[in-house]
Amino acid sequence: MTDTMPARQTSTTHKVMPHPLNAWYVAAWDHEVTRTPMSRRIADRPLALYRTEDGRAVALADACWHRLAPLSMGKVVGRDGIQCPYHGIVYDSLGRCVSMPAQETINPSATVPSFPVVERYRYVWVWLGDPALADPDLVPDMHQMDDPAWAGDGLTIHAKCNFQLVLDNLMDLTHEEFVHTSSIGQEELSESEFIVSHDERTVTVERWMLGIDAPPFWLKNIRDKFPDFSGKVDRWQIIHFEAPSTICIDVGVAKAGTGAPEGDRSQGVNGYVMNTITPETDRTSHYFWAFMRNYRLESQLITTQLRQGVTRVFGEDEVMLQAQQEAIDANPDYEFYNLNIDAGGMWARRIIERMLAAEGRSARMAPAAPASSMTPVRRTGA
Amino acid sequence: MVASNIEVWQHATVVETSEIATGIRRIVLEPNRPVKADPGTHLDLMVTIDGRPERRSYSIVDASPDGRRVALSVFRTPASRGGSIAMHALQVGDVLEVTQPLQNFPLRHGAPRYLLLAGGVGITAIVAMARALARVKAEFTLVYAGRSRAAMAYLAELEAELGDRIRIHVDDEGTTMSVAGLVEQIAEDTEVYMCGPIRLMDAVRRAWNDRGLPPQQLRYETFGASGWFDPQEFTVRIPRLGVETVVPKGRSMLEALEEAGVDMMFDCRRGECGLCEVRVLDLAGDVDHRDVFYSDRQKEARAKMCCCVSRAVSATDAPAVVSIEVS
Repeated sequence: MTDTMPARQTSTTHKVMPHPLNAWYVAAWDHEVTRTPMSRRIADRPLALYRTEDGRAVALADACWHRLAPLSMGKVVGRDGIQCPYHGIVYDSLGRCVSMPAQETINPSATVPSFPVVERYRYVWVWLGDPALADPDLVPDMHQMDDPAWAGDGLTIHAKCNFQLVLDNLMDLTHEEFVHTSSIGQEELSESEFIVSHDERTVTVERWMLGIDAPPFWLKNIRDKFPDFSGKVDRWQIIHFEAPSTICIDVGVAKAGTGAPEGDRSQGVNGYVMNTITPETDRTSHYFWAFMRNYRLESQLITTQLRQGVTRVFGEDEVMLQAQQEAIDANPDYEFYNLNIDAGGMWARRIIERMLAAEGRSARMAPAAPASSMTPVRRTGA
Repeated sequence: MVASNIEVWQHATVVETSEIATGIRRIVLEPNRPVKADPGTHLDLMVTIDGRPERRSYSIVDASPDGRRVALSVFRTPASRGGSIAMHALQVGDVLEVTQPLQNFPLRHGAPRYLLLAGGVGITAIVAMARALARVKAEFTLVYAGRSRAAMAYLAELEAELGDRIRIHVDDEGTTMSVAGLVEQIAEDTEVYMCGPIRLMDAVRRAWNDRGLPPQQLRYETFGASGWFDPQEFTVRIPRLGVETVVPKGRSMLEALEEAGVDMMFDCRRGECGLCEVRVLDLAGDVDHRDVFYSDRQKEARAKMCCCVSRAVSATDAPAVVSIEVS
């Protein structure tokens, strides 16, 4: 097999992938960004995040123009500014220097990159690519996060793996049978049929398991709504991927044979597992998740129980994802193989590959230490 | 606006060169390590002047989306320090050492309205911004001022592309721009991006500050190439070191002092950073401050100079003499 055989040019050769830059990524939960600046690396770029006096979230490169001291260690000043903690240089929310304390003028070059920000669905989203393309309408649909018809909460996992591995994990839930044995796993997951569909930006994987026993997690949930329930259930998992890295999974169970597959979910319980994965580096990810439900909205107890329950389940994924990334790195000569169950994840990969191609970038991950014939140098005149 | 100021040097081949306006040549380069060039970027390149390699900065006027073809435009100034003469002599096939695009003048997206202001060959820094703003249908006006239509590069293209978004001021048609009138009419939420002769930019900056407009909304770039007076030959002395040397019209004071063997401190070499500051001990003549580092108050005091760009000038036949102390 050589590079000259185009038929083999599938995403299978890319075990892990670079991230598109022309996309909105969640940088933080809304409550994390305050008047006290914080630092977070997003898509390989350290950002200083803070809020202006009127509450607007701001994302600046986390390095002062002058000597690269982290602005996130500084403090907010004035209506929308941030002051470098080292020599007191002040930038406005667009990253423009407004004060250079040690001189009477401001150096016209003194700016730090400022990135477009949108606050939506309880998250602060940032756009690190071409700012001319930063259309707020491209923020993935996660409306259940703050829709009054839904209640719930979530957390952030610092996953020590490439973002693509998290997407693979969520796009094929047959792993639940083996990774999540005590909570949501059951053998019908692997045995049931699934249907995959896609368009330019989205992929859907739909799976129904009819007339089965509810696994422990779902038995508890359906009894929160129907305390006396016993018997078989119809269980569904409808995975909605939206490029480049948001996956909202419509999950639930209903009393068997009450019409859930046909659209009547009144005899069941419905949740949405909200996941949006932000690349931190090539090898680490910020995995923002929440579990939202549309029943017993008044119960903070259920919100807390679900958050804790899903935390345990996702902790099992986290262990596997880190081990998988380590195995990938430890076995650089081995390729991935793909199975029929990977169809959803493979469509997601193809969409991401096309986004990368549209940015003029390759889906092939750059080697860890790029060989360069011409190294960056600072040249000073004659 | 992801600015990169890491200098990656590469080779570039001249693939086109043509006179596009009086004294202005368009030079198209094909770099061997192309990267995308955003609006506001420039290249630094090495030219040979009198047998010496010298570094010059030129704005990128336009570039193919992948950066494989990059166009500069160079005005051959009557008082050239040699760079523009060398650039005008380039032939197709010549190979230059150039940087990948460098960004000191990033265009911010999302402002409520923009005013782009170009004076003369300063249009080279502004063309790509106008096109980018037109593409995203931003609210903007380009004001383009020049001596004569024949000397205004890209005028016809820009008029055709921008329609009523461009306003032209031409000295020899009697429509010279009034800086006061322009700044007076600027709405407070306007972002201004300007590039042009330092007289124009100083005048705009003063009118801007007088009106109390937010200084960070006035964006500009200068390569320190223009002054309030035409360059003259002058003498510089450093009594402590026993140095006396003549600064020719085509050389900067910094270059002349370096050639005289003085160990000079400097960085930007375009009048921004202030590292090349020298203290003026005695002055026969006046100082032509060409930097943007000093405030008007400091320039008025004539006690210090940015020797990378600023010069001594004389109002009489006797050349100016400046005595200085260096760090």
